[in-house]
Amino acid sequence: MEENFAVIENYLMVKMPSEVDHHESMALSKKADEYILGNRIKNVVFDFEDTKFMDSAGIGVIIGRYKKIECFGGKVIAVNCSRQIKRILDMSGLYKYIEVME
Amino acid sequence: METVKKEKSVINTIVIKFDAISQNESFARIAVSAFAGVLNPTVEEISDIKTAVSEAVTNCIIHGYENCGGVITMELMMEGNTIHIMIQDEGVGIANVMQAMEPLYTSKPELERSGMGFSFMEAFMDDLHVFSEPGEGTVVRMSKSIGMLPRMVRDMDEV
Repeated sequence: MEENFAVIENYLMVKMPSEVDHHESMALSKKADEYILGNRIKNVVFDFEDTKFMDSAGIGVIIGRYKKIECFGGKVIAVNCSRQIKRILDMSGLYKYIEVME
Repeated sequence: METVKKEKSVINTIVIKFDAISQNESFARIAVSAFAGVLNPTVEEISDIKTAVSEAVTNCIIHGYENCGGVITMELMMEGNTIHIMIQDEGVGIANVMQAMEPLYTSKPELERSGMGFSFMEAFMDDLHVFSEPGEGTVVRMSKSIGMLPRMVRDMDEV
Protein backbone atom coordinates (compact mmCIF):
# COMPACT_ATOMS: atom_id res chain seq x y z
CA MET A 1 0.00 0.00 0.00
CA GLU A 2 3.00 2.32 0.61
CA GLU A 3 3.35 2.91 -3.14
CA ASN A 4 -0.07 4.56 -3.15
CA PHE A 5 1.18 7.41 -0.96
CA ALA A 6 3.63 10.19 -1.79
CA VAL A 7 4.59 13.31 0.15
CA ILE A 8 5.46 16.42 -1.85
CA GLU A 9 6.26 19.40 0.38
CA ASN A 10 3.20 19.69 2.62
CA TYR A 11 0.93 17.76 0.25
CA LEU A 12 -0.02 14.13 0.69
CA MET A 13 -0.85 12.44 -2.62
CA VAL A 14 -3.11 9.40 -2.30
CA LYS A 15 -3.57 7.10 -5.27
CA MET A 16 -7.02 5.63 -4.74
CA PRO A 17 -7.54 1.89 -5.42
CA SER A 18 -9.65 0.60 -8.32
CA GLU A 19 -12.56 -0.14 -5.98
CA VAL A 20 -13.13 2.18 -3.01
CA ASP A 21 -15.50 0.36 -0.67
CA HIS A 22 -15.72 -0.30 3.07
CA HIS A 23 -13.22 -3.17 2.74
CA GLU A 24 -10.54 -1.05 1.04
CA SER A 25 -11.22 2.15 2.94
CA MET A 26 -10.33 0.97 6.45
CA ALA A 27 -6.60 0.42 5.75
CA LEU A 28 -6.51 3.42 3.43
CA SER A 29 -7.75 5.85 6.10
CA LYS A 30 -5.41 4.46 8.73
CA LYS A 31 -2.36 4.75 6.47
CA ALA A 32 -3.31 8.25 5.29
CA ASP A 33 -3.58 9.42 8.90
CA GLU A 34 -0.13 8.07 9.70
CA TYR A 35 1.28 10.16 6.86
CA ILE A 36 -0.72 13.25 7.83
CA LEU A 37 0.43 13.15 11.45
CA GLY A 38 3.99 12.02 10.76
CA ASN A 39 4.83 14.47 7.96
CA ARG A 40 3.09 17.70 8.98
CA ILE A 41 0.80 17.40 5.99
CA LYS A 42 -1.37 20.40 5.23
CA ASN A 43 -3.20 19.39 2.06
CA VAL A 44 -4.39 16.04 0.74
CA VAL A 45 -4.82 15.14 -2.93
CA PHE A 46 -6.92 12.08 -3.79
CA ASP A 47 -6.15 10.72 -7.25
CA PHE A 48 -9.03 8.70 -8.72
CA GLU A 49 -7.33 7.84 -12.00
CA ASP A 50 -7.51 4.07 -11.40
CA THR A 51 -10.86 4.11 -9.58
CA LYS A 52 -13.67 2.27 -11.32
CA PHE A 53 -16.02 2.05 -8.35
CA MET A 54 -16.71 4.06 -5.21
CA ASP A 55 -19.55 3.91 -2.69
CA SER A 56 -20.30 5.90 0.47
CA ALA A 57 -17.24 4.43 2.22
CA GLY A 58 -15.13 6.63 -0.08
CA ILE A 59 -17.07 9.66 1.14
CA GLY A 60 -16.15 8.63 4.68
CA VAL A 61 -12.45 8.49 3.72
CA ILE A 62 -12.56 12.00 2.22
CA ILE A 63 -14.58 13.60 5.05
CA GLY A 64 -12.43 11.92 7.69
CA ARG A 65 -9.18 13.32 6.19
CA TYR A 66 -10.81 16.72 5.62
CA LYS A 67 -11.65 16.93 9.33
CA LYS A 68 -8.02 16.15 10.20
CA ILE A 69 -6.52 18.98 8.11
CA GLU A 70 -9.16 21.69 7.83
CA CYS A 71 -8.51 23.05 11.34
CA PHE A 72 -4.97 23.92 10.17
CA GLY A 73 -6.29 25.63 7.03
CA GLY A 74 -5.52 22.69 4.77
CA LYS A 75 -7.61 21.60 1.83
CA VAL A 76 -8.68 18.41 0.11
CA ILE A 77 -8.38 18.11 -3.64
CA ALA A 78 -9.80 15.33 -5.84
CA VAL A 79 -8.27 14.73 -9.27
CA ASN A 80 -9.01 12.49 -12.27
CA CYS A 81 -12.60 11.81 -11.21
CA SER A 82 -14.75 9.80 -13.58
CA ARG A 83 -18.39 10.64 -14.15
CA GLN A 84 -19.46 8.08 -11.57
CA ILE A 85 -17.10 9.47 -8.90
CA LYS A 86 -18.25 13.03 -9.58
CA ARG A 87 -21.86 11.96 -9.18
CA ILE A 88 -21.12 10.35 -5.81
CA LEU A 89 -19.22 13.46 -4.63
CA ASP A 90 -22.00 15.73 -5.82
CA MET A 91 -24.80 13.72 -4.18
CA SER A 92 -22.96 13.73 -0.85
CA GLY A 93 -22.63 17.51 -0.91
CA LEU A 94 -18.82 17.25 -0.81
CA TYR A 95 -18.31 19.88 -3.51
CA LYS A 96 -18.74 22.50 -0.78
CA TYR A 97 -15.69 21.24 1.08
CA ILE A 98 -13.27 19.94 -1.49
CA GLU A 99 -11.79 21.09 -4.79
CA VAL A 100 -12.37 18.88 -7.79
CA MET A 101 -9.75 19.41 -10.48
CA GLU A 102 -9.37 17.81 -13.90
CA MET B 1 -63.88 -15.97 -28.77
CA GLU B 2 -60.96 -13.66 -28.58
CA THR B 3 -58.05 -14.73 -26.48
CA VAL B 4 -55.97 -12.11 -24.79
CA LYS B 5 -52.32 -12.72 -25.46
CA LYS B 6 -50.23 -12.07 -22.44
CA GLU B 7 -46.66 -11.08 -23.07
CA LYS B 8 -44.42 -13.61 -21.43
CA SER B 9 -41.77 -12.05 -19.29
CA VAL B 10 -38.62 -13.92 -18.44
CA ILE B 11 -38.26 -14.71 -14.79
CA ASN B 12 -34.93 -15.76 -13.39
CA THR B 13 -33.91 -16.03 -9.76
CA ILE B 14 -30.70 -16.71 -7.93
CA VAL B 15 -30.10 -16.88 -4.20
CA ILE B 16 -26.64 -16.56 -2.70
CA LYS B 17 -25.64 -16.90 0.93
CA PHE B 18 -22.27 -15.61 2.00
CA ASP B 19 -20.33 -14.69 5.13
CA ALA B 20 -20.69 -11.14 6.45
CA ILE B 21 -17.06 -10.18 5.94
CA SER B 22 -15.84 -7.13 4.06
CA GLN B 23 -14.08 -9.16 1.34
CA ASN B 24 -17.54 -10.22 0.17
CA GLU B 25 -18.64 -6.66 -0.63
CA SER B 26 -16.86 -6.84 -3.97
CA PHE B 27 -18.15 -10.38 -4.53
CA ALA B 28 -21.75 -9.17 -4.12
CA ARG B 29 -21.16 -6.36 -6.64
CA ILE B 30 -19.63 -8.73 -9.19
CA ALA B 31 -22.51 -11.21 -8.74
CA VAL B 32 -25.22 -8.60 -9.33
CA SER B 33 -23.46 -7.08 -12.35
CA ALA B 34 -23.04 -10.52 -13.92
CA PHE B 35 -26.71 -11.30 -13.25
CA ALA B 36 -27.94 -8.00 -14.71
CA GLY B 37 -25.59 -8.23 -17.69
CA VAL B 38 -28.07 -10.04 -19.94
CA LEU B 39 -30.30 -6.95 -19.95
CA ASN B 40 -27.51 -5.02 -21.67
CA PRO B 41 -27.42 -2.20 -19.13
CA THR B 42 -25.44 1.00 -19.68
CA VAL B 43 -22.29 1.66 -17.65
CA GLU B 44 -24.27 4.06 -15.51
CA GLU B 45 -27.12 1.65 -14.83
CA ILE B 46 -24.75 -1.12 -13.76
CA SER B 47 -22.82 1.32 -11.60
CA ASP B 48 -26.05 2.39 -9.88
CA ILE B 49 -27.00 -1.19 -9.05
CA LYS B 50 -23.50 -2.08 -7.84
CA THR B 51 -23.42 0.96 -5.54
CA ALA B 52 -26.82 0.14 -4.02
CA VAL B 53 -25.84 -3.51 -3.41
CA SER B 54 -22.50 -2.47 -1.95
CA GLU B 55 -24.22 -0.14 0.52
CA ALA B 56 -26.78 -2.76 1.59
CA VAL B 57 -24.17 -5.49 2.07
CA THR B 58 -21.86 -3.14 3.99
CA ASN B 59 -24.78 -2.26 6.29
CA CYS B 60 -25.33 -5.97 7.07
CA ILE B 61 -21.64 -6.41 7.90
CA ILE B 62 -21.02 -3.39 10.11
CA HIS B 63 -24.46 -2.65 11.50
CA GLY B 64 -26.50 -5.87 11.28
CA TYR B 65 -23.70 -8.11 12.52
CA GLU B 66 -21.56 -5.33 14.09
CA ASN B 67 -18.40 -6.70 12.45
CA CYS B 68 -18.74 -10.02 14.28
CA GLY B 69 -19.76 -12.05 11.23
CA GLY B 70 -22.93 -13.88 10.28
CA VAL B 71 -24.68 -14.92 7.10
CA ILE B 72 -26.04 -12.56 4.43
CA THR B 73 -28.66 -13.76 1.98
CA MET B 74 -28.86 -12.02 -1.38
CA GLU B 75 -31.72 -12.85 -3.72
CA LEU B 76 -31.66 -11.48 -7.24
CA MET B 77 -34.72 -11.77 -9.42
CA MET B 78 -35.19 -10.67 -12.98
CA GLU B 79 -38.68 -10.05 -14.25
CA GLY B 80 -38.74 -8.69 -17.76
CA ASN B 81 -36.34 -5.78 -17.72
CA THR B 82 -36.61 -5.21 -13.97
CA ILE B 83 -34.08 -6.40 -11.43
CA HIS B 84 -35.43 -7.06 -7.93
CA ILE B 85 -32.85 -7.34 -5.19
CA MET B 86 -33.35 -8.59 -1.65
CA ILE B 87 -30.53 -8.42 0.87
CA GLN B 88 -31.13 -9.88 4.30
CA ASP B 89 -29.28 -10.33 7.56
CA GLU B 90 -30.30 -11.91 10.82
CA GLY B 91 -28.44 -9.40 12.93
CA VAL B 92 -29.36 -6.81 15.53
CA GLY B 93 -32.03 -5.06 13.45
CA ILE B 94 -32.92 -1.37 13.40
CA ALA B 95 -35.15 0.13 16.09
CA ASN B 96 -36.01 3.26 14.09
CA VAL B 97 -35.94 2.63 10.35
CA MET B 98 -37.13 6.15 9.48
CA GLN B 99 -34.22 7.69 11.38
CA ALA B 100 -31.71 5.24 9.91
CA MET B 101 -32.80 6.24 6.41
CA GLU B 102 -32.29 9.96 6.97
CA PRO B 103 -29.41 11.37 4.93
CA LEU B 104 -26.22 11.82 6.98
CA TYR B 105 -27.60 9.88 9.95
CA THR B 106 -25.18 7.27 11.26
CA SER B 107 -25.33 5.19 14.40
CA LYS B 108 -21.58 4.65 14.17
CA PRO B 109 -19.86 8.03 13.65
CA GLU B 110 -16.67 6.58 15.19
CA LEU B 111 -16.36 4.28 12.16
CA GLU B 112 -16.27 7.25 9.81
CA ARG B 113 -19.49 6.29 8.12
CA SER B 114 -20.90 9.06 5.98
CA GLY B 115 -24.53 8.25 6.70
CA MET B 116 -25.25 8.16 2.98
CA GLY B 117 -25.88 4.42 2.55
CA PHE B 118 -29.68 4.40 2.40
CA SER B 119 -29.70 7.73 0.52
CA PHE B 120 -27.56 6.19 -2.23
CA MET B 121 -29.77 3.09 -2.40
CA GLU B 122 -32.81 5.32 -2.72
CA ALA B 123 -31.22 7.57 -5.34
CA PHE B 124 -29.73 4.84 -7.51
CA MET B 125 -32.65 2.41 -7.51
CA ASP B 126 -36.27 2.94 -8.60
CA ASP B 127 -37.63 1.91 -5.23
CA LEU B 128 -36.44 0.84 -1.80
CA HIS B 129 -38.18 -0.83 1.11
CA VAL B 130 -36.57 -1.59 4.45
CA PHE B 131 -38.10 -3.99 6.97
CA SER B 132 -36.49 -4.50 10.34
CA GLU B 133 -37.17 -5.84 13.79
CA PRO B 134 -34.72 -5.36 16.66
CA GLY B 135 -33.10 -8.69 17.46
CA GLU B 136 -34.50 -10.33 14.31
CA GLY B 137 -32.57 -8.72 11.50
CA THR B 138 -33.12 -6.50 8.50
CA VAL B 139 -34.44 -7.01 4.98
CA VAL B 140 -33.77 -4.52 2.21
CA ARG B 141 -35.78 -4.83 -0.99
CA MET B 142 -35.04 -2.66 -3.98
CA SER B 143 -35.61 -2.78 -7.70
CA LYS B 144 -34.58 -1.07 -10.88
CA SER B 145 -35.80 -1.25 -14.45
CA ILE B 146 -33.09 -1.38 -17.08
CA GLY B 147 -33.32 0.44 -20.39
CA MET B 148 -36.19 2.80 -19.68
CA LEU B 149 -34.76 5.25 -22.21
CA PRO B 150 -33.93 4.23 -25.80
CA ARG B 151 -30.38 2.89 -25.95
CA MET B 152 -29.12 5.71 -28.18
CA VAL B 153 -30.26 8.40 -25.75
CA ARG B 154 -28.80 6.50 -22.82
CA ASP B 155 -25.42 6.08 -24.52
CA MET B 156 -25.32 9.74 -25.53
CA ASP B 157 -25.96 10.69 -21.96
CA GLU B 158 -22.78 8.90 -20.94
CA VAL B 159 -20.42 10.71 -23.28
